[in-house]
Amino acid sequence: MKRLCIIIAAAGASLIAAPVFAADDTITVGMTVSRTGSLNVDSVAELKGSELWRDEVNAAGGIKVGNKHYKVKFVEYDDQSQGGRVQQLYTRLIVQDHAEYLFSPYSSGLSATAAVISEQYGKIMLVGGGAEGKIFQLGNKYLFQCITAADQYLSGAIDAVKAKVPNGKIAFVYSDDPFSKAVVAAARTQAAAAGFKEVLVESYPPSTTDFSPIINKIISSKADVFMGGGHYPDGATLARQFYDQKANLKSVTILVAPDSQKFTSLGPAAVGITVPSQWEPSVTYKPDFGPTPAQFAKDYQAKTGLGVDYHAASGYIEGLLLQRAIEQAGSIEPDKVAAELNKLDVTTFFGKYKVATDAKNHGLQTAHQMVLAQWQMKDGKLSLEMVWPDAAKTSSLVVAAH
Amino acid sequence: MIGLLASLVDGLLVGSVYGLAAMGISLIWGVMDVINLTHGAMIVAGMFGLYLLVNDLGVPVYATLPPVFIGGLLVGVALYWIAVHRMIGRPPLMSLLSTFSVNLVLIGLGTAEWGTVLFNVPVSLPGVSIGRYTFPGTHIMAALLTAAIAGLLYLFLFRTRLGKAVRAVAGNREAAELVGIPTTRVLALAFGLGVALACLSGMLIGTLFPFTVLSGDAYQLKSFVVTVLGGLGNPAGALIGGIALGLFEGLTTPFMPVSWTLVFEFVVFVVVLIAFPGGLLNFRLPRRVGVNASEDAGTGL
Repeated sequence: MKRLCIIIAAAGASLIAAPVFAADDTITVGMTVSRTGSLNVDSVAELKGSELWRDEVNAAGGIKVGNKHYKVKFVEYDDQSQGGRVQQLYTRLIVQDHAEYLFSPYSSGLSATAAVISEQYGKIMLVGGGAEGKIFQLGNKYLFQCITAADQYLSGAIDAVKAKVPNGKIAFVYSDDPFSKAVVAAARTQAAAAGFKEVLVESYPPSTTDFSPIINKIISSKADVFMGGGHYPDGATLARQFYDQKANLKSVTILVAPDSQKFTSLGPAAVGITVPSQWEPSVTYKPDFGPTPAQFAKDYQAKTGLGVDYHAASGYIEGLLLQRAIEQAGSIEPDKVAAELNKLDVTTFFGKYKVATDAKNHGLQTAHQMVLAQWQMKDGKLSLEMVWPDAAKTSSLVVAAH
Repeated sequence: MIGLLASLVDGLLVGSVYGLAAMGISLIWGVMDVINLTHGAMIVAGMFGLYLLVNDLGVPVYATLPPVFIGGLLVGVALYWIAVHRMIGRPPLMSLLSTFSVNLVLIGLGTAEWGTVLFNVPVSLPGVSIGRYTFPGTHIMAALLTAAIAGLLYLFLFRTRLGKAVRAVAGNREAAELVGIPTTRVLALAFGLGVALACLSGMLIGTLFPFTVLSGDAYQLKSFVVTVLGGLGNPAGALIGGIALGLFEGLTTPFMPVSWTLVFEFVVFVVVLIAFPGGLLNFRLPRRVGVNASEDAGTGL
């Protein structure tokens, strides 16, 4: 009798002590992050944006689904910026860690690899770090791109520069990776239509460390305008060597690298460099839900102590859109959430979101637009100013010998 | 035409720094038949030495040469005792694995401390402009310093007692022992010197390009190509091989897509390995055995 009372008391105590949210009330979001390797800088910034969203959602009680609230849990691994690791790790996230939803790794190459796994297992994956359109043209059902596709990356830069350097001679030199190739392939057509004369088109291995021979080729081509680069390490090195070798270009647009606050470490080599950006803190979008651009930038800075960039914003928007879709669906069932993500046609702090729903391009972003930013000296300090589109710019594009 | 000349001159300037990087590997191989796979990590150590001394201590850029050299020498001697000493005389694979393991440890520590973010040391020196082309002052200074360092190495090896001891050990370790040279200490010194050369090349490369903890791999690979061109065990050949590689890159880039340059470099690498296994410039540190060796050997170091 005494033993039975003890057992009953223990069972009662465990019921009282049970957490308010049991394991069933948690949504697990899986992802890989390039904590090491060449994609480290931008990938970690994206993760920090996602973490801000997660912490805000959980602080508010979780994602509301009907009468229940689901807390968000991240499971993430270091993919070392390698496709081979992505394949193994996304399989692990799904099979072992039971992730219900996925965020893409950073970069088009790694996102394409992750997409193969996510589609195989029928898992929704929000793509905040992969701009290449080809990922979405292979017959997927569960991929949703949150950022502007690669073929639109340089359209703003071309539009802005053509007004300042009409009929200029343009050189495209880019990293031999899927993202940069997709960007430049589309940009070449847009540049020709805008009246630019193409004088050099070349790719370089992503591991290139010395761009002197390439810059000499650009100089020999007598180009006025340069567009290209790849990701952070090569983009930053290109900018530095353009400055050292006085390439005399009127306009230099480099992909990705100049958007990071770390770009200021280049000092005077950063001045005048323009970068197509998915988002800048000074945009004036009026969101249908979620924070305003200024609020997001303030919250990010307060939480991380770091300057905000579009990679962080893209990490946050993955979470915000997933949350919206779950709340609108009133369910965490993947097919219902996917249906909501397909239907969403909204404006957030990050800009517009709407994806293609036809089988040929499912998930490809159709509404979000790029902006163009340029490093300029303001009051003796380097400042990243928005220079295009005209409606949103904070400064005018500066065109000078670089 | 002037574009081609500009490319060749650039190739010469940057190639000399590649040669300096390769001299370290070549010296170590020449003295003790060890291929040092910590070479890339030591190049990165030189880069970070430059960054920390300039950024944190405010040392003028080119004044970091002596402390980087001394630091590299001390680290190299320590590495010798940790990873190499017990591998001397054993199958080459053992020293390869040993130095490779140490390399992984060093890169892992560096990554844990600094991540893989890019670091940059802005260096402003007036360049030389010819027409539309500019040869950055940093490239010219790096090439001049490389020549000076190579000259000092030559003087050390051929004009000092210690240098002669290094050459004696390289020629015949047993004979050197017999005439009283403490060969173990000489080997440690030679390894330290090879690592110091790698650090110096890293310091100079850090004045030219931004870098990360992982930057050493690309330069280590180039060092092997250069060392094969010049001949393993031939520091002078390594320097000339580096310049040759730089000139090759300068000559080919204007005429073909840049992405093909690496392909052709490695084709040349394979051809030289097959046709000239001793290197294109096969004059090693003197390996004289017997009478001539005793002329150079001394006592006490």
